Amino acid sequence: MNFDRRRYLERVKERESGSPVFKNCFFAYLFGGGICALGQLLLSLYLFWGLSERDAGTLVTVTLIFLSACLTGIGVFDSIARIAGAGTLVPVTGFANAVVSPALDNKSEGLVTGVGAKIFTVAGPVLLYATLSGALYGVILYVVRLFL
Amino acid sequence: MLGAPLDYLFAFLVGGLVCLLAQLLIDLTKLTPARILVVYVVLGVFLGAVGLFEPLADFAGCGITVPLIGFGGNVARGVREAVSETGLLGALTGGLSAASGGTAAALCFGYLVALVCHSKPKHP
Repeated sequence: MNFDRRRYLERVKERESGSPVFKNCFFAYLFGGGICALGQLLLSLYLFWGLSERDAGTLVTVTLIFLSACLTGIGVFDSIARIAGAGTLVPVTGFANAVVSPALDNKSEGLVTGVGAKIFTVAGPVLLYATLSGALYGVILYVVRLFL
Repeated sequence: MLGAPLDYLFAFLVGGLVCLLAQLLIDLTKLTPARILVVYVVLGVFLGAVGLFEPLADFAGCGITVPLIGFGGNVARGVREAVSETGLLGALTGGLSAASGGTAAALCFGYLVALVCHSKPKHP
């Protein structure tokens, strides 16, 4: 069979199911909103236990990270993420998964160059750009305050 | 009573919207998930810097603070407080201090899970 590029693309289009963008967005909204609502429940619980607003917020983050680290470890997170897409990626759960997953996959390379290095595969860029933009903001803030 | 029902509704609606926008970015542009995370964390720092993060977080609660925007918002708040206290040095010390809880949790739990668990074969 001799396919040119145009016919190939038509074939690909035929085989695509429904409107994946709409379906993906629906599940991203559902799971993402659900995780945030779960966070809100945890926050209310920790405030109810008498933690300060700031400590409760930090503990919500820590709890969600712990949960998704465990779910990643037993292989459940990937199954959920395949449906939820950005719904599990964008909350801190996605950050935790991006830390755990490469560390786990490269365990065979050893605890230093395997787990130790690969644990930063995605956390590294996130921390770098967070620190970088934070430092830039700090410098701008400092200079602006000098003249105000 | 664990918070007002409206808090949960707003957390769900806004948090879902934040994730939906990311899904659109993934599906309609060529942004990879890792880049989405970086974009969102920088967006959080930006929102914090221009003073929009706190009002948004007051309104949507975990709908804003649980997505990675919240990580960036924390960094901006930490930097602002540290610059007020220690001056220019705060630009370097504030960000990571404020984000230390989540970062350390991810690294520690990540390490433990990597030690205990075995990697699963990836589904296609």
